[in-house]
Amino acid sequence: MRLTQGQFSFLPDLTDAEIKKQIQYALSQGWALSVEFTDDPHPRNTYWDMWGQPMFDIKDPAGVMLEVTACRKAHPTKYIKVLAFDSRKGFETVRMSFIVNRPAEEPGFDLVRAEGPGRQINYTMRSYASAKPAGQRY
Amino acid sequence: MNKPVATKITDVKERYKSGVLKYKQMGYWEPDYEPKPSDVLAVFRITPQDGVDPEEAAAAVAGESSTATWTVVWTDRLTDSEYYRAKAYKIERVPGSSDQWFAYIAYDLDLFEEGSIANLTASIIGNVFGFKPLKALRLEDMRVPAHYLKTFQGPATGIVVERERLNNFGRPLLGATTKPKLGLSGRNYGRVVHEALKGGLDFTKDDENINSQPFMHWRDRFLYCMEGVNKAIAETGEVKGHYLNVTGATMEDMYERAEFAKALGSVIVMIDLVIGYTAIQSMAKWCRKNDMILHLHRAGHSTYSRQKNHGVSFRVIAKWMRMAGVDHVHAGTVVGKLEGDPNVIRGIYDTCRENHVAKNLRHGIFFDQPWASLKKVMPVASGGIHAGQMHQLLTYLGDDVVLQFGGGTIGHPQGIQAGATANRVALETMVKARNEGRDIWGEGPQILANAAKWCMPLRAALDTWKDVTFEYAPTDSVDYVLTPTAS
Repeated sequence: MRLTQGQFSFLPDLTDAEIKKQIQYALSQGWALSVEFTDDPHPRNTYWDMWGQPMFDIKDPAGVMLEVTACRKAHPTKYIKVLAFDSRKGFETVRMSFIVNRPAEEPGFDLVRAEGPGRQINYTMRSYASAKPAGQRY
Repeated sequence: MNKPVATKITDVKERYKSGVLKYKQMGYWEPDYEPKPSDVLAVFRITPQDGVDPEEAAAAVAGESSTATWTVVWTDRLTDSEYYRAKAYKIERVPGSSDQWFAYIAYDLDLFEEGSIANLTASIIGNVFGFKPLKALRLEDMRVPAHYLKTFQGPATGIVVERERLNNFGRPLLGATTKPKLGLSGRNYGRVVHEALKGGLDFTKDDENINSQPFMHWRDRFLYCMEGVNKAIAETGEVKGHYLNVTGATMEDMYERAEFAKALGSVIVMIDLVIGYTAIQSMAKWCRKNDMILHLHRAGHSTYSRQKNHGVSFRVIAKWMRMAGVDHVHAGTVVGKLEGDPNVIRGIYDTCRENHVAKNLRHGIFFDQPWASLKKVMPVASGGIHAGQMHQLLTYLGDDVVLQFGGGTIGHPQGIQAGATANRVALETMVKARNEGRDIWGEGPQILANAAKWCMPLRAALDTWKDVTFEYAPTDSVDYVLTPTAS
């Protein structure tokens, strides 16, 4: 399967030049970029590992790209995403999120159905990859 | 123009002599009144009967929507009646009209119960709309002071938290209403839900009139829909949902349905506007307590929002719904099959999404409206839209909106999944192009055509619907246009 979280997962993977344009857009809006990675892409895994802190003071897309590249080098087989954070009143939240690296093999999720009374089913999503301990996935 | 009639009677003995007085004489017309920051303000479009003085008509609206009755009553003297009277303080002729005026009326905060849309509306639109001296009456806009807003819960979830829960940022959300609206069994209905979500949509939706009919009872629908939702989540790794319509005959029925939706793990439930303001507020409180997003379908609104001379404008309904506490409200598409002048729609979207909406007559906004940190409502664009309009939709409506392609998903020649994929690819392509600084308004069709070279479902969608537009003159437009001024 192809994990389709993020803004652009239905498009062909973004090239570095395309990633840089998106970063440029985020900076032009006054948002802070950050990079996060994970080997547990469960849809409700909110807290991916942070690749350093959000880059509140980097205003040059090339500087952000350096961090993207460094993260990819350290974690070539993991999911990596770029986030843009807006600290303005009324938002104070993520405004952009797109995947910039993904494993070659994406095994996806097992849907576990636990039958309950009255035809009710309790659903659990389990990533096939995270069945293995951290560090041995992907 | 008719001659103005008598003004306010200040002599107390004269004022309270038994009999009938003009509303102006009773004190409902106060041209010198300075509205207080805490007043609730309303602007009505009034069409007086022939021969009725417009100031008197405005005073009558103020009277009939606050303290007045048709004759003098001595019991007024038991209260500080001056204080409780609503005050018509300004009238302006509607631009380009010979018989319509905008009447501005101020209401003291003490006229209203805290946190109650039912109470607010019982005054403002209660008796007054049937008042005989007026041919027609329309509530155009309101200014609700922060003092009063702060007594309302507001949206159960709000745009920011909804996005955080869905883990979905930087693009409009995508939805579709299951079609046909009526007649599918639960099992067949859930099939549509699964196909559309797997193909790339974030949400699917019950239609307004899907409740619990002989062809599909509500429990069956909920069970099959959640199977479709969860299967699609596992297949894509994205959080998805189906608006389970919990509208029912009684509050007890609705709570029962909402509890079941919660037990099944749904992130969202849905209600119809026709359930009424009090039921809407009850569901909003339930949703806040139960971590549920609340979708509102505006079923019924066009009976009173569409005609310009009589009724309640939808921007006022949108305002009330933000106060009442819904998270989603259908708010127009501009380009689709349903009513929607671009400027009117802009005013409604601003009312849903902004922290402060400044007076803007061109958008139908008559007052500055601060929102006092009430959460933001996600507008929903639904009705006759398709992938080929993506550049227009994104330009008009922005990012914080749910774009709902019902027919535009399910009617795709290659099937529902392909329809969903076409919409998702068109959307992501257009957001990416906009962020890259391209002129999507001008280049939109070419940007879509380029994506259709590698995305077959998008190509099929563009071929099928390329010439479909709904170009009719809107009936609800704004009265103020930009006129060039001499520099």
